[in-house]
Amino acid sequence: MRRQPFRAAEGGHLIDRSEPLRFDFDGHRQEGYRGDSLASGLLAAGVRIVARSFKYHRPRGVWGFGSEEPGAMVATGVREEVRPNLKATEIELADGLMAFGQNAWPSVAWDLGAAVGMAGNVLPAGFYYKTFMWPPRWWLALYEPVLRRMAGFGPAPSAPDGAFYAKRRMHADVLVAGGGPAGVAAALAAARAGAKVVLADENVRFGGGLLRAPGEIGESDGLAWIDAAIGELEAMANVRLLRRATVTGYYDHNLLLVAERAGGDAAPGTPETRLWFVRAREAVIAAGAHERPLLFAGNDRPGVMSASAAGGYAHAYGVLAGQRAVIAGNNDSIYAVARLLRGAGVSIAAVADARAESGARDLPCRPGRTVERALGSRRVRGALLRRTDGRAGDRSERIACDLVAVAGGWSPAVHLHTQARGSLSYDEERGLVLPDRPGGANRSAGAAAGRFDLDGCLAEGWAAGVAAAAASGHERPAGEPPRSPDRVAGDAPVFWRIGAGKQFVDLQYDVTAADVELAAREGYRSVEHVKRYTALGMGTDQGKTSGMAGLVLLSEAIGRPVARTGTTTFRPPYTPVPMAAMAAGLIGEGRDALRRTAADDWHEARGAVFTAAGLWRRPSYYPREGMDEEEAISAEVREVRAGVGIVDVGTLGKVDVQGRDAAAFLDLVYANRISTLKAGRGRYGLMLREDGRVFDDGVVMRLGENHFYLTTTTAQHHAAMQHMEFLLQTVWPELEVYATDVSEHWFAAALAGPGSRALLGEVAPGLDVSDEAFPMMAVRAATVAGLSALVFRMSYSGELSYEIAAPADHGLALWTRLLTAGREHGLTPYGTEAMGVMRIEKGHVTHAEADGRTTPDDLGLGRMVNAGRRSIGRRSLDLPALCRKGRQQLVGLAVIDPEARIPPGCQVAERDDMRPAAPLGHVTSFCYSPTLGRAIALALVENGRSRIGQTVYVASPVTGLAMAAEIVPPVFYDAEGTRLRG
Amino acid sequence: MLLIPCPFCGDRDETEFAYGGDAGTERPADPGAATDEAWTDYLCFHDNPKGPHREFWFHRDGCRRWLTVERDTHTHELGAVRLSRP
Repeated sequence: MRRQPFRAAEGGHLIDRSEPLRFDFDGHRQEGYRGDSLASGLLAAGVRIVARSFKYHRPRGVWGFGSEEPGAMVATGVREEVRPNLKATEIELADGLMAFGQNAWPSVAWDLGAAVGMAGNVLPAGFYYKTFMWPPRWWLALYEPVLRRMAGFGPAPSAPDGAFYAKRRMHADVLVAGGGPAGVAAALAAARAGAKVVLADENVRFGGGLLRAPGEIGESDGLAWIDAAIGELEAMANVRLLRRATVTGYYDHNLLLVAERAGGDAAPGTPETRLWFVRAREAVIAAGAHERPLLFAGNDRPGVMSASAAGGYAHAYGVLAGQRAVIAGNNDSIYAVARLLRGAGVSIAAVADARAESGARDLPCRPGRTVERALGSRRVRGALLRRTDGRAGDRSERIACDLVAVAGGWSPAVHLHTQARGSLSYDEERGLVLPDRPGGANRSAGAAAGRFDLDGCLAEGWAAGVAAAAASGHERPAGEPPRSPDRVAGDAPVFWRIGAGKQFVDLQYDVTAADVELAAREGYRSVEHVKRYTALGMGTDQGKTSGMAGLVLLSEAIGRPVARTGTTTFRPPYTPVPMAAMAAGLIGEGRDALRRTAADDWHEARGAVFTAAGLWRRPSYYPREGMDEEEAISAEVREVRAGVGIVDVGTLGKVDVQGRDAAAFLDLVYANRISTLKAGRGRYGLMLREDGRVFDDGVVMRLGENHFYLTTTTAQHHAAMQHMEFLLQTVWPELEVYATDVSEHWFAAALAGPGSRALLGEVAPGLDVSDEAFPMMAVRAATVAGLSALVFRMSYSGELSYEIAAPADHGLALWTRLLTAGREHGLTPYGTEAMGVMRIEKGHVTHAEADGRTTPDDLGLGRMVNAGRRSIGRRSLDLPALCRKGRQQLVGLAVIDPEARIPPGCQVAERDDMRPAAPLGHVTSFCYSPTLGRAIALALVENGRSRIGQTVYVASPVTGLAMAAEIVPPVFYDAEGTRLRG
Repeated sequence: MLLIPCPFCGDRDETEFAYGGDAGTERPADPGAATDEAWTDYLCFHDNPKGPHREFWFHRDGCRRWLTVERDTHTHELGAVRLSRP
């Protein structure tokens, strides 16, 4: 047998016959040509069953031509890299392509699930709400596993998608959605007017309806005119053409999303899908229209297809969708399709026009008749024709055929128009849902606006382009709109169904006319409810072809005019967009900028284990030979407490505050008074939110009368900055204060431990480091290791400590010079883990404790609050809810068993039996304390301060662990602070 | 996604901004003098109209100015956009 038995000897403007391609479908080797779609390749090869339906597993063939395809669902690729739920009409054939029909096992041709089709009556509309419910215990054991195997759609890939996806942003004056005659005319007019134009079309070639059927524009062939216009546009600097690019969404303020697929001939490195975010001043919606089905028994059989698609396969690919065709419809397009098919070599058995008055002498016409039933089971073998006026005594005519091409009229693609909140109107006479008032800066043109003649499309497109260019500030373009002799409107009266039997409305979700009527009988009135109850229009095709039929059926069933029934909401995306494209840039490496401190190179060379702190990476600890993580961290702690250590604190937020009212402003921002600070001194500062909860903490240093330098935590740096700018710009604009974020300008490292003074004295010979000259909480400008620096004496670790800040450019030099000088002092670099252990031992709070729910008093910091009553958050502290008894308070927990370790996420319980009970509180921070030789924790516990001395249980219901612990004050180490003096 | 006309930077995408909440209430000049009810009202109770709404937006990734924006919460249409600090 010939490889491509259904390929015509000639014709097909999309294919290149000099380049045959081999592909594989359901395990069978097939052949097509470069330029074929998978659908045209399968039709050429004579493959009629492409998939099985969702519910009944009935055979499904190719019905449409492009993104409207409801039935031919396939998966490509193999196993872990499979790509499911693709439309055969949208896949470009490539050499070696592997594809499989969906919802079938073992294959689409021999599918066991089809047995369900015989028992179809157990799956009526809404079956998932009313069947398979009883007995309940059968659900997990039987119903779910069986239904999961049977139901819906393709296999999910198990491996990550290795392909490359990307996003881009673009601004345009005019975005034209759709590159058919109307869209190209619009783009041409707007571009000639000088507007910056983007023209996007979902097909491989511009032309729209002209890809499927020949037409005439000006004096030439329609496609030739399109090609010339595209050539002109391509040469213009103000135009960008996007092929294989579907405008999938219309969002607020004229942001349009365009999904551009890589073609088979794309250069290496081209993204599989590129999502364009186009901000267009104006949009022209020239998205075309979708051909509707006719409702008759067996209208889902492979071999029943859209008439314009059948013609399109012959015209674009030289493929015959059948050898002997019955063509049925309710509008004039059937005659052109019949002639097109006949010209390609299809024998025309009958042309059934539902309207009584139409006809054509050159064709075997059956005026006033339509298809009552398609014959055959696995594929069409014939059709029964019957009168549409229902005259009694009329007998059906039986015609043998292998193709039934149906033309039920056209549904304008109003999706983008309504996504932009445009309103719709229903034209009763023409049976069309049409765009009415636009909801954004857009206009619909051509078939998308209900113009179906070529001349009208060109004129309307041109006018829309002129108007869009004008609205975006451009002059009227030179020239006249192109014309076409095709001026036949081609309107269709509403005609939907005849006869009885299983008449499918939604081919993808197996929704029949009877299902819609059943929903109406069961009381559903809203079209949105019927959609959800029957699943009509919920497939990947979103009811592009079926929506109108469903709407008319429902309206008839409930006896209400179509205009009052209304349509379901059209939501983005217009066609499915791969999740991988939406995730592009949001997952994996490169998702976030990686911030490194000035000393990062040193940490890396030293082999530090890093941890993420916001966008920063910080050394968590420095691994040591022969030690595990806890031992290495404990060694760092011990060496700091006994000698001297150094830690990189370059990630802290740093803010420079200056101005006449700087001190007054800081009194309002902090809960404690700042204005009483003397120059050269610093103070721990506590920021509240307006609702009284602790927001952030840090150190405020007064460098001069009107000059402060303050630090924020790493985590809240941006929020704190935004907070201060809000207050300065909206609440107290009269204050003369300049708050500048200098976090990037300064690097900082802290020397900590009893040996820090001697080391600092050595590297800063000009600085008097004695306790009298450089007391606690003092700040000094000094030359440290030959570099200009600011030195603060403060402590986080609980040891004598100095924080040294230098301009970021000198950060690495400062760090390495300190380490070199520190060699003889036994200087130990330590990371965030050791820092965390030491701060828990000292009972300092972080955002684990200041979690947005705690007040200063909850954290034991109530004494600090002494700012004026106008300061942020101060007033809220007096609200009853924040002063009442029974609030959780910060305490320490000392675990009694020295070998025990606290797992993450622990509760504080009164009992250790793991019985459900309201906890007393929860552990906020925990560690193994090498200083105390046991596990310790900070916790928020109900009335915690009054429970000191009690024994409670640190319980982890998840791991089943509970350990006894004593409630102690939160400062475990050197509560008197003698070590700070050194 | 909104397109917000920043008085300094021009038309910019919403992703450059941070939302700052209702701009229709004013912080009591002397919070200490406010009753619990009045203060709670200021803190917690804000109108949530369907229609025009005056609200703060912060041009975080731009000029770092706080803007007062009139936005229709139903249609997202923007009215006047001005600097919060005159």
